[in-house]
Amino acid sequence: MIDKSQSSCATAVADITDGATVMIGGFGTAGMPDELIQALIDHGARELTIINNNAGNGDTGLAALIANKRVRKVVCSFPRQSDSWHFDAAYQASEIELELVPQGNLAARIHAAGSGLGAIFTPTGYGTQLAQGKETREINGRHYVLEYPIHADFALIKAHRGDRWGNLVYRKAARNFGPLMAMAARCTIAQVGELVPLGGLDPEAVVTPGIFVQRVVAIGGCGPDGAARTTAAAAQGEDQ
Amino acid sequence: MNRLSREQMAARVARDIPEGAYVNLGIGLPTQVANHLPADKEIFLQSENGLLGMGPAPAPGQEDPDLINAGKQPVTLLTGGAYFHHADSFAMMRGGHLDICVLGAFQVSQHGDLANWSTGAPDAIPAVGGAMDLAIGAKQVFVLMELLTRQGQSKLVPECTYPLTGLRCVSRVYTDVGVFAAGADGATVIELVEGVSLEQVRQLTGLPLTMA
Repeated sequence: MIDKSQSSCATAVADITDGATVMIGGFGTAGMPDELIQALIDHGARELTIINNNAGNGDTGLAALIANKRVRKVVCSFPRQSDSWHFDAAYQASEIELELVPQGNLAARIHAAGSGLGAIFTPTGYGTQLAQGKETREINGRHYVLEYPIHADFALIKAHRGDRWGNLVYRKAARNFGPLMAMAARCTIAQVGELVPLGGLDPEAVVTPGIFVQRVVAIGGCGPDGAARTTAAAAQGEDQ
Repeated sequence: MNRLSREQMAARVARDIPEGAYVNLGIGLPTQVANHLPADKEIFLQSENGLLGMGPAPAPGQEDPDLINAGKQPVTLLTGGAYFHHADSFAMMRGGHLDICVLGAFQVSQHGDLANWSTGAPDAIPAVGGAMDLAIGAKQVFVLMELLTRQGQSKLVPECTYPLTGLRCVSRVYTDVGVFAAGADGATVIELVEGVSLEQVRQLTGLPLTMA
């Protein structure tokens, strides 16, 4: 029996080492896997390279990871926001490196990594500062910039429901980068609001097939000790 | 000189958006265009964080943290709307499926170059978001901006001095004094606000403008 479900967020992130490259899903706070990030903070890994659309909002999630000085570098499209004070402070103190990537190129480069492509030619950014020094090519009269895939050691993502094989469905606009990051990381860890029995997800509606997901943690059932209480219930549901 | 209010500017752009168009409205003033789209026409609003068929803000108390727009404000989804991931969302732009996007700008050149992501200030934290993808992706890029800066300088310029977002990508510029077309042969005037003369906008912009 294959069971990718984890007993706790702490267990799920326990092998993330110092210096790891970690993708974190979410657009602002929608889809941000707060509980997994908190477990990563508690776990203590440092010198992380983080890939996310933003660089943290408010005081939780990615912002907390930055505030705890665990992040060496951020790869993102839009760091500067009204509530990105932890990143702003770290950046201005030169404690954090920033690689700015146009949002569509970020998505395409992550997707390319997950799809096994060696590189992509993208029209976005051509002729701008963000393409300076990069190889370009004219194809059928249009100009393109050569961009390389973005891979990661781990992806931490948030989905609405998942099963023990790692199949996932998302909720509304919290989907954003989740399905792409799941493809691009060596180890994808999904926190789900509910772990359902196999067959509990409509196969026609599965957004991320389980092949892209290595670990699933139910957050709905996470107690004070971090134990995922719905895991056993989900397995029971399958038997019935 | 007679000028349109920001509300009137947004309404003016809305008049040029036809039924059935797939449209992305940028952050800031462009977002207000949605308030002026006619209720009897079906127009599809795209939000780059994964919504098509985006609706207005929810009633107070009905906000859903998983249902936000690109400006991270709470929104709704119309009946018939759809959710999708970021690769699909930006394929809609780059792939030429989006009909119109409406963006703000720091500067637009007479040839349609756009500068709207950075003023180049050395101490500023750079942020680009989806601006570069939108600029080169949509079939038509409309810029919505006041013609002049607060210091009175024209934002429709011979050549952009701020860092570029995209080259030769803007087709029209909607301002508080008139509507302009940009292109390979330079900028032209599509219409002027009542009481504004061609000579006045030539002086304000320093461009040899003619009526389109």
